Amino acid sequence: MSGMAVQPVLLWSDALLFVLIGVIVALVLWARRQDALRAAWARVAQNGVAMAAATVLGVFVLIGLLDSLHYRARLESPAGATARYAVEVNSALDALLADLRLRTEKTYSAPLATHLFAREALENSTQREFPRLQYGGAHLGENLSGRGLDIAVRVLRGVGGGLVVWLLLMLLARRIKVGAGGTAVRAVAVTLLPILLLFGVAISLSGGYHVFGTDKVGQDVLYLSLKAIRTGLLIGTLTTLVMLPAALLLGILAGYVGGWVDDLIQYVYTTLSSIPGVLLIAAAVLMMQVVIDTHPDWFATSAERADARLLALCLILGMTSWTGVARLLRGETLKLRELEFVQAAQAFGVGPFAIMRRHILPNLMHIVLISLVMDFSGLVLAEAVLSYVGVGVDPTTISFGTMINTARMELAREPMVWWSLLAAFSFMFALVLAANLFADAVRDAFDPRSSA
Amino acid sequence: MLAYIIRRLLYAIPILIGVNLLTFALFFVVNTPDDMARMQLGVKRVTPEAIQKWKAERGYDKPLLWNATAAGSAALTDTIFFSKSVRMFAGDFGRADDGRDIAREIGDRMGPSLAIALPTFVLGLFVAISFALLLVFFRATALDFGGVVLCVAMMSISGLFYIIGGQWLVSKVWHLVPISGYSGGLDAAKFLILPVIIGVIGGIGSSARWYRTIFLEEITRDYVRTARAKGLPERVVLFRHVLRNAMIPILTGVVVVIPSLFMGSLLTESFFGIPGLGSYTIDAINAQDFAVVRSMVFIGSVLYIFGLLLTDVSYTLADPRVRLQ
Repeated sequence: MSGMAVQPVLLWSDALLFVLIGVIVALVLWARRQDALRAAWARVAQNGVAMAAATVLGVFVLIGLLDSLHYRARLESPAGATARYAVEVNSALDALLADLRLRTEKTYSAPLATHLFAREALENSTQREFPRLQYGGAHLGENLSGRGLDIAVRVLRGVGGGLVVWLLLMLLARRIKVGAGGTAVRAVAVTLLPILLLFGVAISLSGGYHVFGTDKVGQDVLYLSLKAIRTGLLIGTLTTLVMLPAALLLGILAGYVGGWVDDLIQYVYTTLSSIPGVLLIAAAVLMMQVVIDTHPDWFATSAERADARLLALCLILGMTSWTGVARLLRGETLKLRELEFVQAAQAFGVGPFAIMRRHILPNLMHIVLISLVMDFSGLVLAEAVLSYVGVGVDPTTISFGTMINTARMELAREPMVWWSLLAAFSFMFALVLAANLFADAVRDAFDPRSSA
Repeated sequence: MLAYIIRRLLYAIPILIGVNLLTFALFFVVNTPDDMARMQLGVKRVTPEAIQKWKAERGYDKPLLWNATAAGSAALTDTIFFSKSVRMFAGDFGRADDGRDIAREIGDRMGPSLAIALPTFVLGLFVAISFALLLVFFRATALDFGGVVLCVAMMSISGLFYIIGGQWLVSKVWHLVPISGYSGGLDAAKFLILPVIIGVIGGIGSSARWYRTIFLEEITRDYVRTARAKGLPERVVLFRHVLRNAMIPILTGVVVVIPSLFMGSLLTESFFGIPGLGSYTIDAINAQDFAVVRSMVFIGSVLYIFGLLLTDVSYTLADPRVRLQ
């Protein structure tokens, strides 16, 4: 029996991510039929900065999604035997970036370097010298003086390639007439150009060099940065997703039912929010680490264990951050409860749960959306800090925090190893800036108070 | 006023009990002391005797809530819950894994934490409010727009970047101040100046933008129009009228953090080697010293609740119309 070439692996975080996407698609379909929502999104679309930010976010999400299609490759086995699969879990992004992933050097090398960063004693020489890299600049052979020219040619080729792809996309857009969108389409087009140019240059250069250098164990830093995107996106979105049901339920109950229910729920969230966030997270992560470490039999692969820790981190972050949303929802429900349409529903004898679901919940959706987009950037930044403190993601999970944390150890080195820090900070900055700009536009469009 | 404060302090008691129960559940029920011992000793080469020894050394060998073997009230007091959690109310935090008294350690480390957190807080508040006022003064101009863009960009940069970048530029390239360390007395200034400046710069983006929104909201009010109609210059309108009235929303967000300044900053202290409570917490987390983490959680909540009370009291000082009852 011959099995498939790959065995798909669905990690828990992948499943949740796909659920999240399903929810978003369903919400978009639902929102299309609501006039007020369509008008609000149209306001977002007319905002050039917001659309540019959305484009950047879209590229990040695409990379993150590619990185969420996991599989285990099939191992070579004699014909007729049952298929066996590698222990290592890879993703579609890993397969695309196989060149980057597999071409590891011995240790640190600077961006676009041809030699290792540190001197080593070579075999047939008494002096300590910089050894040549195994892959970076290997195509140059002995002719190292041609490196500058080679890089220039590759950059030009990359720019050309990016430009061609962009022009083709523009032609395609014109052919299928999306040009009617006005500002939105123009903003997307203008943003896509530098993105495609950067992609072109990165692809063309990484054919022969390590564009952002290599890290301590010789892994390509560009590859690490691209892999870190998924972790950042997951933390930024799943955290809000996992806390949302609890926040919605408790916030609406407290606001609508009132009385001792209100007192109890308020007591719970005041207690939770009075513990400093980082400390509560630290305490909870320490405890969770004990659970994971004392039950090694729960997880088949190390990827699953790291994934469990990532999800647990999302849960813990959600546990500390739902209080703010619940408070907002409670306040808004208190206001809504007194409005005529709710009183009319009560007069018709509609039950409290039906009122909460049909009349209160839809009117709270803008708060949910605003807090979702506003929290995102803070969570991405928080991940880096938590991983630095040692209570973040699993050390084997590639994230901006773990990249910064490992690079930090080398700061005292002379000369400094700066590239992996700079790469992590730049990618994080692009992601967070785009998220902040987009969040601002969404808040302005949906918050009735700020549009007044 | 006094009656109000007393009532608020009484309200704090159930919340503190809740915090206490939560940390107890987190540290002793989700994971039993046996789990923690196994984790600290290493999962592989662990014997039941080693676990018993570890637990006895730290006082974790008692029953959780009810000691059936003890007589009288000792049945309640000779338990982990009483000795580890209830005693925290009396300021008794027990001993850290290295054998030192936690309460004493906290007392020693508060000074350095405050020495860095207080100047950062005051200076940060001053700089952010000044910057926000400047933007509001030039509102709807290119300067205002540029300022807001700068704020958004600055708040999109990781706090770690400010610290690492600042240390590299000021200490390594310019050699102006030592890269990290601490000493008592006036000597401390040279160690504190860089972390304070970095703290101020790191916080300015989000706070200045927030203050600007508050000022802009205030500036549409009627009293501002009246002040302008009287012929007051914009400068006076902003400083005498808008700033004062905007203090209420600013106080809401700011006063609550003042008591927490004692806790110090986790990142700044550990990067700059300041022996304060922030670095103490980080070290405890890395060493998985459960007793210290538990104590810091408790103290942090006490300070936060105290901050909420201070916020309410500060309203009456900023706005004579507010009456607490």
